[in-house]
Amino acid sequence: MTAPQPVGRRIDVNAHVGGYPWRHVPHPEPAVLERVLRREGIDAAWVGHLPSAFWRDPAPGNAELYAALAPHPTLLPAPCVRPDWPGWEAQVREAAARGAPALRVYPQLWGLAPGDPSLAALAHAAASHGLALVLSARFEDGRQRHPLDTAPDLQPAHVRALARAGTGAALVVVNAGREFIEETAWALTALEVARVWFDFSWVWGPPDDHLATLFRTLGPSRFVYGTGWPLRLTQNARALLDLLPPDLGAPALADAGAVARRAAAPSAFVPAAP
Amino acid sequence: MTPTSSAIESAAAHAAHALADARAAEQARGAPTLAGPAPLVDVHAHWFHAATPRADWAALNAARLRAGERMGVTWHVASVLGTWGAASPTYFASPDAVRLGNDVAYGIARACPDRVRAYTHVNPNFAAHALAELARGAGEGAVGLKLSASRRADDALLDDLAAAAGERGWPVLHHVWQWRRRDWPNQEASDSLELGRLAARHPRTTFLLAHIGGGGDYRHTFAAVADLPNVVLDLSGSGVDRGMLDGALEAVGAARLMWACDVTMCTGLAKLRALDHVGLTAEQVADVRWRNAARRFPPGAFPGLPA
Repeated sequence: MTAPQPVGRRIDVNAHVGGYPWRHVPHPEPAVLERVLRREGIDAAWVGHLPSAFWRDPAPGNAELYAALAPHPTLLPAPCVRPDWPGWEAQVREAAARGAPALRVYPQLWGLAPGDPSLAALAHAAASHGLALVLSARFEDGRQRHPLDTAPDLQPAHVRALARAGTGAALVVVNAGREFIEETAWALTALEVARVWFDFSWVWGPPDDHLATLFRTLGPSRFVYGTGWPLRLTQNARALLDLLPPDLGAPALADAGAVARRAAAPSAFVPAAP
Repeated sequence: MTPTSSAIESAAAHAAHALADARAAEQARGAPTLAGPAPLVDVHAHWFHAATPRADWAALNAARLRAGERMGVTWHVASVLGTWGAASPTYFASPDAVRLGNDVAYGIARACPDRVRAYTHVNPNFAAHALAELARGAGEGAVGLKLSASRRADDALLDDLAAAAGERGWPVLHHVWQWRRRDWPNQEASDSLELGRLAARHPRTTFLLAHIGGGGDYRHTFAAVADLPNVVLDLSGSGVDRGMLDGALEAVGAARLMWACDVTMCTGLAKLRALDHVGLTAEQVADVRWRNAARRFPPGAFPGLPA
């Protein structure tokens, strides 16, 4: 088997540590993630705290996240902020103070509909503190969910509403498939979509070649690298790139570090080419 | 030329060209295949053709062959589920659709004789036709039987087919919903308990339990078939959950796992690479990649690969 070759500086924007309520996840510890990233040629990761997504108040999970990642400088905290919880603004300020590149937000788990004003308020706060917002379209294939796992998936409408809210926030959507991505990207103006990026870890490769289609239609610069660890195999994102048709060469993905820097300087956004 | 014969001939001709193009591209690239030089058998592949709803059928088949060459697939073992819904439902294919799909599969195997093998797909609800198709498939060079979701796996209607496949040394690749807790639309899916009952009645027939990553609760499957030595798990499907491969290995051992892709070759490659990290020896990795297939398919099914 050929070993993965490093491709520039690569950041995994879609990683968590911690357990999952609906099934056993082997070794979701930071030290294991760090080792896996090294093995896969990935330089750093934006790391959320998986249990927090399912807690009513995620703040204690953020404290656990900061403590767990402290010994691992390549694992950058992406704490969870629930904008309908009293005092959420303090969580945003702490994230910024601790150098987090992004916040994780799960509106579908909190019953927040597309366009909920609290989401726009969070996006505005994130932008003003130079933090990107990471939204997970889903965690598991809908066909395998636990009977009690009845929360819906994120909707493209959530992302469209946030992108149209004019907050200046950088939005990173992970675990979305082709349809979700298209129903988002083609429903935004050039200025709006310039603030939205997608990871491609849940897009299909050959024979349907959905990823190739998206790279041809939207351009690879709308995409960042993500894996879905610890729920999903890190090898999938790499496999998707390796199996692209030859005419796509080595696609120039967006640099997540640059996305974070843009989040820190919202005025730096420019419209995508028509 | 009738639409039927046109679909068969165009699929075969196109596949031959696509495979030649893919091989030329790989040669020009001059790099090792992604999965390395060891043999690799994909025991769960599909083709499309002009009489399906997919206007992009040729691109789909070409993409499979292109990705296969890039990865280093030695043999694709493929079926065609009738007209994929055009003339009759994908999982309830009419006899005419079954025959057309099989002819496409045989035609592509003949057009790509050193890369492709065919399953015979049948709808057990047409029992006499299904048995006749199985016999015809043997004459056309098929190497296994494909059952999809036309009839519950433990139904007695499948017994003659399972026995006939076993007599020919054919494995039966059976579409499975991992822990089917209800009926799903457009198919009469079976789960591992139901397939397990059929397998228990036919201990001399090998059953390939399809796509552990193809939807449902794979851990239920692992527990359900752990003690059935003639049930082999096919690793295909879009699911790439961490822990899936570890659980499969723990439940049935490396001798009862077969690598496969189905309709997402990216997840196939990801799982293939992950096999290097689940505690398998090099010999066991070879078992999963190809040797179990060489052992469980009829002798000579894969020229160049020792049984």
